[in-house]
Amino acid sequence: MAFRQFGPAAAVTAALAFATPAHAVTEIQWWHAMTGGNNDIVNKLAEEFNASQSDYKVVPSYKGSYPDTMNAGIAAFRAGNAPHIMQVFEVGTATMMSATGAIKPVYQLMKDAGEPFDPKAYLPTITGYYSTSKGEMLSFPFNSSSMVMWINKDELKKAGVTEIPKTWPEVFDAAKKLKAAGHATCGFSNAWASWAHIEQFSAWHNVPIGTKANGLDGFDTELKFNSPLHVRHLQNLVDLQKDKTYDYGGRTSTNEARFGSGECAIFLTSSGYYATAKGTAKFDFTSAPMPYYPDVAGAPQNSIIGGASLWVMGGKKPEEYKGVAKFFTFLSDTNRQAKLHQESGYLPITKAAYEKSIKDGFYEKNPTLQTPLKELTNKEPTENSRGLRFGNMVQMRDLWSEEIEAALGGKKSAKEALDAAVSRGNAMLRTFEKTAK
Amino acid sequence: MEKSIVFNNRLLPYMLLLPQLVITVVFFYWPASQAIWQSFLREDAFGLVSEFVGLENYQALFAQPEYYRSMLTTVIFSTLVAALSLSIALLFATQADKNLKAAPAYKTLMIWPYAVAPAVAGVLWFFMFQPSLGMLARPLRGMGLDWNPLLNENHAMMLVVMASVWKQISYNFLFFLAGLQSIPKSVIEASAIDGARPVRRFWTIIFPLLSPTTFFLLVVNVVYVFFDTFGIIDAVTGGGPAGATTTMVYKVYADGRLGGDLGGSAAQSVVLMVIVIALTAIQFRYVERKVQY
Repeated sequence: MAFRQFGPAAAVTAALAFATPAHAVTEIQWWHAMTGGNNDIVNKLAEEFNASQSDYKVVPSYKGSYPDTMNAGIAAFRAGNAPHIMQVFEVGTATMMSATGAIKPVYQLMKDAGEPFDPKAYLPTITGYYSTSKGEMLSFPFNSSSMVMWINKDELKKAGVTEIPKTWPEVFDAAKKLKAAGHATCGFSNAWASWAHIEQFSAWHNVPIGTKANGLDGFDTELKFNSPLHVRHLQNLVDLQKDKTYDYGGRTSTNEARFGSGECAIFLTSSGYYATAKGTAKFDFTSAPMPYYPDVAGAPQNSIIGGASLWVMGGKKPEEYKGVAKFFTFLSDTNRQAKLHQESGYLPITKAAYEKSIKDGFYEKNPTLQTPLKELTNKEPTENSRGLRFGNMVQMRDLWSEEIEAALGGKKSAKEALDAAVSRGNAMLRTFEKTAK
Repeated sequence: MEKSIVFNNRLLPYMLLLPQLVITVVFFYWPASQAIWQSFLREDAFGLVSEFVGLENYQALFAQPEYYRSMLTTVIFSTLVAALSLSIALLFATQADKNLKAAPAYKTLMIWPYAVAPAVAGVLWFFMFQPSLGMLARPLRGMGLDWNPLLNENHAMMLVVMASVWKQISYNFLFFLAGLQSIPKSVIEASAIDGARPVRRFWTIIFPLLSPTTFFLLVVNVVYVFFDTFGIIDAVTGGGPAGATTTMVYKVYADGRLGGDLGGSAAQSVVLMVIVIALTAIQFRYVERKVQY
C-alpha cells in the first residue's frame, strides 16, 4: 500500500521538478490491462508519443486483468477521479456505451478537437463493434483478435488426416482418427466456451444470437440462440464428449496449454494465442478458419472480433481531450499500425495498415496471422455478424457457459440447456435495460 | 478479599470503549447500513442513474431458482469445510502437542499456509488438479479415474473444499495447539495413573477442556466459509461447472462485481448477513451451553 501511494507522489514530484515553468505539460492517464510483451508495447507507444511533441504526456498504468481494469475505472469514476483513457474488453462495450455522461464518444472527441478523422479508414468488422447503428465511433479499437482453429500438423499427419478439416463433420472425423491414434483424452477442444459455440458460431453461420442485430440496434434485444442449428451443434458436442472425442476446455483461456503440450491437436481459441503458441509449441502448427456446417446456406459468413478498445472518460478539460485526440491520430498512423500488428499479432485496425502488411509480403512469411483477417473480411457483415452488444455481457458469458456445462455434463439435454441460457439471459437483459436509459 | 475499582470520572469508561466502538461503526455498521440502503435501489454500474425500487431486488432474488440452489450449495460446502478443517486441525494439533524432536519445525510448517492469500491458494490447487497438466491430476487419471472438475460437479466441489480446508487448517491448528498447551498436565497425568488409555483421556478430559477453543473456532470457521472463500472459488472453478460451486457469497461477488448489479448484490449480502447473524445467535444460545469454561 505504501508503495502504491509513493508511486503517484513520486511521479508528481518528478513532474514538478522537470516541468519548465513557462510550459505546462498536460498529463493524460491511460489505464490498461496489458501484460508481458504487450505491456512493453503500450509503454513504448506512450514514450514515442511523448517524445514526438511537448504539450502532452501520456502516462500508462497497468490495472490488472480486463475485468479488474474496468472495475477500477468504474470505481474511480464514482470517486470522481477517472483516468482519461481506459482500455475495456469487448464484452464491456454495452456497459460503457450505456453510461452516457460517463464517457466521451470518440467521434465527438475528434470533432471537438478538430483532428482529421475518417471512420471509413478503419476495418468495418472492427469498428462496427464499437459504433452506434448510425456509424458513429464510440471507442477507439486498440487490440483486436478473432477466433481461429489451431492445428497441430505433426499429430494430424500421424493420425492419417491429410487435409486440414474445413467443416464441423470433417473436424469430428479428424478428431475420431486422432483419438484412435492415441489422443485418448482429447480429439479436439476449445477455450472460451460461449465465445466459440454461441457467439462466433452464430456469426459464422449468419444466424442471430439475439434480435436487433445482436443488440447493436437497441437494448430491447432478445436472445435467439436456441435455434435448431444451435441445438444440433451442442448435441454433437455432447455426444462426442462422452468418449472425449471432444473434451470441454473451460470458460476462459486457462486450458490453451492443452494445445501447446500436444494433448489436443485441434483447438479453437483466439488468434491472439499466436505469441504463446510460438513460444511453447514444440511441433509444426498453423491456424485455420473456424469450421462450419456445409448444409447451412451462406456459411461461412464472417467472424466477429474480440480484444479491447480505448474509451475516453467524460468530465475532463477540453485541453486534455485535445491531447487524447492527438494521441489517437498518432495511433492511427499507417506505418505505426502496420508495425504494431506485425509485432504483437493483434489485428491492424486500419485498412491502409492491412494493405501495407500485404504489400510488405508479411503474410507470405506469417500465414497464421492472416487467418483471422480472412475470417473477418470473408463477406460483407450482415445483421447477424456485425458484432454483438448485450448488457451485463461479462456475467452473461458465465451464464451461457454454465448451461453449456450442464448439457455436456449430462444434467440437461442440449435443447433444455440452450432454452435455459436464453431465458435466463433475457431476464438479465431486462434488468440491464431498466438501468440503461 | 475482592477488590473493586470505582471510576469516578463518568466519561472515562466511554472514552476507553471509544476506539473499539469507532472501529465497529466505521467498519461494520456503516457499510452494513449502506448495503441495506443499496438493496432498495436500482443503480447502473457507474452510479449515474439511481432509483428507489423498494423490495423489487428481493423479489427478483427469491424468484431465481439459482438462488435457492446456491443456498443448498452453501450448506454442503460450509458443512464440509468447517467439519474437515476443524477435525484435521485438531488431529494435527494433538500430534504436535506430543514431545516431538522436530516440533518447532513441524509447527512452523503447519502455520505457513495461513500466510497465503485465498486467491493464490485457489490458483495453486487449480494447477495441481488441472486435468491434463496438474501434478496430482495426472496420477489420478493414470489410475483410471476420469478426473474432470471442468464438467464433473462433485470433482469441482471436492477441489474447492480441499483448497478452502487447506487454507483454514493453519488457523485452527494454532488455536487448538494453544488450547491443548493450556490444559494442566497434572489432570492428564492423574487420569493416566488411574489407568485411562490415550483415546479415553482425549475424549473424557482433553476434548471437554478444549471446548471453549472449539466453540470459538466453530464460530470463526462458519464466518470464514460464509464470507472469505469467494477468492478461492473464483480462482479454482469460477462458480462452475453449471453453478455447482456457486455459494451465496460467490454469487454476491459475481452479481455485483462481474455483473454490475449492485442492488441485487446488496440484497444478497443483506440476506447473507441475516443468515450468519442467526447462525451465530443459535451457536451462542445452544452450543455454548455445552462449553465448559
